[in-house]
Amino acid sequence: MATSKGPDETGKSGPGRQGEDHRDDDLERRRRNLEASLATRRPDRQERKEGAGGATGYGQAMKLSSEFIAGVAVGAGLGWGIDRLAGTSPWGLIVFLLLGFVAGVLNVLRSVGKIAEFGQGSNQGPNPGSNPRRKD
Amino acid sequence: MATPDKVDPIHQFHINKIVDFNVGGLDLSFTNASLFMVVTVLVAGAFLYAATSSRALIPSRLQSIAEMSYEFVANMLRDAAGKQGMQFFPLVFSLFMFVLVANLLGMFPYFFTVTSHIIVTFFLAMVVILTVVVYGLYKHGLHFFNLFVPSGVPGVLLPLVVAIEVISFLSRPISLSVRLFANMLAGHITLKVFAGFVVSLSAFGTVGIAGAILPLGMAVALTGLEFLVAFLQAYVFAVLTCMYLNDALHPGH
Repeated sequence: MATSKGPDETGKSGPGRQGEDHRDDDLERRRRNLEASLATRRPDRQERKEGAGGATGYGQAMKLSSEFIAGVAVGAGLGWGIDRLAGTSPWGLIVFLLLGFVAGVLNVLRSVGKIAEFGQGSNQGPNPGSNPRRKD
Repeated sequence: MATPDKVDPIHQFHINKIVDFNVGGLDLSFTNASLFMVVTVLVAGAFLYAATSSRALIPSRLQSIAEMSYEFVANMLRDAAGKQGMQFFPLVFSLFMFVLVANLLGMFPYFFTVTSHIIVTFFLAMVVILTVVVYGLYKHGLHFFNLFVPSGVPGVLLPLVVAIEVISFLSRPISLSVRLFANMLAGHITLKVFAGFVVSLSAFGTVGIAGAILPLGMAVALTGLEFLVAFLQAYVFAVLTCMYLNDALHPGH
């Protein structure tokens, strides 16, 4: 490839060197332009992704259902385990299954961004607006 | 096909032993799943090695893809977990490449899809969650458990809320693994069922072949969708990994 040559091959004389610098500057400038134009396009692309149905709707359904089912399953598993260890036969399962349903709903609400994230209160936080997490 | 009268959409997920290997009653046989995991790692490694071997200023196509995947994961991690999160870049990038390559390899006919087995995805999710817990405890000590105590909750409700938060935290590896596994499993079964319709319908003469065009078109469309899902699920897996790592780095904010 011609462009992968070192500067010692193309730029041995003064004007050649200058050409090299000039090309680097040009490259840098073009890269900045590209970054800027990409930055202006990105929000558009994001919105279009949100708005499109079909595949992303299917993905959303998979995501939310797996969140909910995981909560219920973990609650039931914990309750069953506690029952086995402590011998409190139906009660651990009953209580933790209900807690699991609550946790499942919490997971779903959290993953659609309707509720505060882990470790954050609803009425607190130094700057609630600047949450760096992505809600997807 | 072994059974021409019946299309079995589950058969593709069957695990066969290639080399029988038993250690003290433990079945450690080398199966087709292990083979494809090795192939996945080799393909991903060889691709990145080949792509970065000639580090040109103006990248070739291959190098461009490698750089794009690096930038993609690095930006994702930086957005979710900040500058500090970059120490986990090797983990996140390896997970992303493994899941992506495994998903894409599964798109070849007659290939085995590693990520359509829940034990594989569950293990990947456990690696993530154990990293979060161990690193969080190491870095923040008991302060890490503040993750489970939302501020501004009245004292009476605190035990209940903490129990719910703990269950919610424990459900993360399950939902992470179930999502990837269910997407791959459902996608491959659907694809197989529609492809099976083509075969069964074309057995009914000319009318059948004319009718088989519909499921064939569907199978083609689903193949496109499956490629999208393969990328999307690798992306989702990596994004969620980044978000969980963020909890380990900054619990309680």
